[in-house]
Amino acid sequence: MREISLHILDIAENAIRAGASRIGIEVEADRQADTLTVTVRDDGCGMPPEILAGVKDPFVTTRTERRVGLGLPLLAANCEATGGSLDVQSRPGGGTTVKAMFGLSHIDRPPVGALHETIRALAAGNEDRRITLRVRSEKGGFEFDSDTVKAALDGVPLSSPPVAEWLKEHLREGIAGALDLD
Amino acid sequence: MKTLEDLKRVREEAIKAMKVREGEQRVKVTVAMGTCGIAAGARETMSALLDELNKRGITDVTVTQTGCKGLCEQEPLVEVTIAGSETVSYGKIDAEKARRIVAEHIVNGHVVGDYVITR
Repeated sequence: MREISLHILDIAENAIRAGASRIGIEVEADRQADTLTVTVRDDGCGMPPEILAGVKDPFVTTRTERRVGLGLPLLAANCEATGGSLDVQSRPGGGTTVKAMFGLSHIDRPPVGALHETIRALAAGNEDRRITLRVRSEKGGFEFDSDTVKAALDGVPLSSPPVAEWLKEHLREGIAGALDLD
Repeated sequence: MKTLEDLKRVREEAIKAMKVREGEQRVKVTVAMGTCGIAAGARETMSALLDELNKRGITDVTVTQTGCKGLCEQEPLVEVTIAGSETVSYGKIDAEKARRIVAEHIVNGHVVGDYVITR
């Protein structure tokens, strides 16, 4: 994955497949600690210990369409290459929390990338789920909740093209105001 | 900044446009968003679809997403279903091809044969 925001999309798609109705994404840059932390929390079906133990192994997957699962192993490798780490907490029926920590100033840290496009793709492509985003850095903070937008839309879909355009700009401006990173 | 106040105006626009077309969702477009799809550029494909639909003022299309379909080598995958017709699957759809699908298939009703895949 070229961007951290693509990893976020990928992990959130796992949550959707796990039947999550709520996916919370947090991105926090801490210059003092020199860390960039990404957390994706879901209320999906969770994983039993034997699957959880193998989440970083590319040859462990719950899929039946193919025999490899590359999402989390790739993310773990990207974190570790920057002196960071990947932590996955999960239990059956209790949802899953994926916490990816990167070395903020490390030369191998992938750019955050188009986070606004990731959140828009998730919100517009999954009307029935609640997607929340929280971004924090010393520059400021930004919060987004797809349920707030849905309430204001009163029945008009999020993927309706003028709404999707509003979403993109709203997210782009909000994220840019809260995060001054590549 | 685009605020929730702006959103109310956008909502009115969307409703007006939907009324013109009697509120029927004529087309469903699905983008596959598995790890394979995302790595191949599915997010950019989805953005291009949403942006092109908005540019053309088309409101009777639902854009949604799905997981890996097991055709990883054909990602990004896009499916287009026009009401009353069979679903057409397109493979290796980048942003430019996505815009062509909007213009030729969704607007004009001609399947873009060059990108169709069969299973």
